[in-house]
Amino acid sequence: MTILTYLIAYSATAVFLVAVAIRIHWWVRMPMHLRWELYPVAHEGARASYGGSYLEDSEWWTRPRRASRWGELRAMVPEILFLVALREHNRQLWTRSFPFHFGLYLVAGCTVLMAAAGLLGACLPGLMAGPLGGVMRGLIPLMGHAGLVLGLAGAIGLLQRRRQHPLRDYSAPMDFANLAFFVIAFSFALLTAWTVDRSFATVSELVGNLATFNIVPLRGSGMGAMLPCVAAILLAVLAAYIPLTHMSHFIGKYFAYHAIRWADEPNLPGGAQEQSINDLLSLPVSWSAPHIGGDGTKSWREVATEDPDR
Amino acid sequence: MKQPDGLKDIARRPGQPLALVAPNDQTPLPPPFDRVDEDPPIRPLSDTARSAYAVLDDTIAVNIERPTTEDAERELVEAFLSGLAKLFSVPDNWTFLQPLEMSMEHCARCQTCSEACHIFEESGGNELYRPTFRSEILRRIYFKYVKKASPLVHGDIDLNWETVARLIELAYRCNLCRRCAQTCPIGVDNALLSREIRKIASQEMGIAPRELHRDGSVLQLAAGSSTGMTPLVVKDNIEFIDEDTAERTGISIKTPWDVVGADILLIHNAGEIMSWPENPGAYATVFTTAGLSWTMSSEITAYDAINYGVWYDDIQFARVAVHHAAAARRLGVRKIVLGECGHAHKALTVIADKVLTGDLNIPRESGLVVLRDIVRSGKIAFDTSRNDFPVTLHDPCNMVRLMGLVSPQREIIDAVVPEARFREMAPHGVENYCCGGGSGFAIMSGHNFADWRHHVSGRRKFRQILEAFAEEPMTQDHPKYVCAPCSNCKGQIRDIITYYDAWEKAGIYYGGLVELVVNAMVDAKPGFIDWEWH
Repeated sequence: MTILTYLIAYSATAVFLVAVAIRIHWWVRMPMHLRWELYPVAHEGARASYGGSYLEDSEWWTRPRRASRWGELRAMVPEILFLVALREHNRQLWTRSFPFHFGLYLVAGCTVLMAAAGLLGACLPGLMAGPLGGVMRGLIPLMGHAGLVLGLAGAIGLLQRRRQHPLRDYSAPMDFANLAFFVIAFSFALLTAWTVDRSFATVSELVGNLATFNIVPLRGSGMGAMLPCVAAILLAVLAAYIPLTHMSHFIGKYFAYHAIRWADEPNLPGGAQEQSINDLLSLPVSWSAPHIGGDGTKSWREVATEDPDR
Repeated sequence: MKQPDGLKDIARRPGQPLALVAPNDQTPLPPPFDRVDEDPPIRPLSDTARSAYAVLDDTIAVNIERPTTEDAERELVEAFLSGLAKLFSVPDNWTFLQPLEMSMEHCARCQTCSEACHIFEESGGNELYRPTFRSEILRRIYFKYVKKASPLVHGDIDLNWETVARLIELAYRCNLCRRCAQTCPIGVDNALLSREIRKIASQEMGIAPRELHRDGSVLQLAAGSSTGMTPLVVKDNIEFIDEDTAERTGISIKTPWDVVGADILLIHNAGEIMSWPENPGAYATVFTTAGLSWTMSSEITAYDAINYGVWYDDIQFARVAVHHAAAARRLGVRKIVLGECGHAHKALTVIADKVLTGDLNIPRESGLVVLRDIVRSGKIAFDTSRNDFPVTLHDPCNMVRLMGLVSPQREIIDAVVPEARFREMAPHGVENYCCGGGSGFAIMSGHNFADWRHHVSGRRKFRQILEAFAEEPMTQDHPKYVCAPCSNCKGQIRDIITYYDAWEKAGIYYGGLVELVVNAMVDAKPGFIDWEWH
């Protein structure tokens, strides 16, 4: 059972990392698009408070661009941690979605902490025997229990909300199945924690072994070892599954903000963007309407500069 | 309330409307327009129109003729699917591929966007107008019929000619104001999807509202302006405007034409020249008094800032933008300045930014910024007491939410209107509501579409106007000014005021921003704003 768990956990981690990498690569490789920003734009500094832009400046193209990365952080961090947009615009859903997401963060954080503890224990056992190790060993069950409880409560709340109008009418069967998967995986993990692994010692050992590639059976036996293994398998498969679905919005959201909503970088004469734009304008057009007559050979530049004769 | 039972209704009940909006379904307006029985009714769609065209609700924007044979029905569906596939091809749709993929891939169907939509809200919450209704149908068609994915994953939908025709019509029940996108926790943009549907219809199927295409961008490119004004006519009209404005203000002006080497090429929405001549007259007065070096162009397309392609067709958009820039290049101006037209601002300044390269990439600036700088410069003296009446400000979505132009218009108002007389709408700035005429609606009036536009899409703006003036006596002898620095918004607000008879009943008047500036100029004769209903 332990070996199977290691195998599935490594496979799931690989699937997760590859899927995330492919997803990021896919977004990064998207061609430049026409500007479609939406205000407020967070890096506008003081102007962001009322939604203003550099276009308010006299002869804006003569002034140096000042994009406030601090402003972006100030918007992104609360958005990621607390889902402030949802809280502002859909409080009912936020009461379910926030615990769900925060629970996920805590579970993910707990997993990272367990892996770090395993690595430190192998490399610097003295450090783990000291106060730092004590803090980590204290934090792991705290984050684990809190994360699983919040995540489970949120997933049940989201599932219940999705069964109501209007969400129900717009959801596909898979939307319900996805949430059900969270409910099952988190329920099982929580049940395991409460029954056989209250201090998260067994699962910490498992994750530590994974992190140090120490493929050995767990010290416990019977249900005490089996239940953590099953819980770990469920959570690992869930983690691998997420980036394969529309739940990969945790990646997409970065691009939604940085590549679309806040993408206000102007194309200045002689600037870095011109060559890319010229390349795109050379692409062939195949739109078939009579006023375009794109035959797949004429380029955007040719179609856009010809006098329409229809 | 008559509304769809679900998404699948889009393919059902052929020839029957899926939704109707009745006054009793809507939230009453504030006083003195709070009597539901006094609400002007939406005139029903004629039987002839119902039998000739695709029917979505009780109005028609696009006029998609009902196919007479099964082959014709099939062709319509196939053309739509062909266009839908092209939306996801880099060569054909690099222009919006990334925002499109974002909105197709990541919607959580949480419906957070719904309450942000003025059309959905003012329809009484009619399901047909929920911003996700059309988006979700588009997604399901794409995943089921183009990507061949399982309906278990992305949801099921039936596809017939009714689905296609109604979806295209439904894309014209959205003002493209992107208020819904602003509220989306993930970054999904329903307005973008509406526009992409419009693009399939126009760019692949040759289907678009006559007002936007044949009488809009095509006419502009061929004759010079969607108003039909030729270069000769526009110069003639401006000459008359100069004379009339000089008579009213006592300040002599002569609009310069085709001045090579001028600093500024000023481009107005030609609708101003035809319908609100005081606006270009006021710009000429302010620019002349401030001593700016400026010109207008009499080149075809370049004396009309409109660019309707921004609402429905990337190619038409690019063609018009290139014409505008080419005219500026030929004159050798330092910058293009856009008059009071929201979509023209966004089209040429922001969207065309990644189309214009080399010597076509001439800087573009908002006329509001130039006006603000003139006001700041102290070159013109103002007497705010000349604008001693209640003023509220409409924020055009294209300038504000989509460009971040928020403070210049307020700074100008601060300088020319007594502080105690200005009332902000709630909400305002980047959270404003569309006037209801956005994305072409303001110029679309076929069948009974204007009734729907006033009754549904424009109702929230009218509500906001009434709320802004709630503390004022609602009588004609206590005139109130709605300042709308955008030609299309102004047209829509004029139409709403007319529809509800709000000038007669409540003294609500409207106009642009530069008119307030000239009305307060110490050197001009008083009374530039004449309070005569046009």
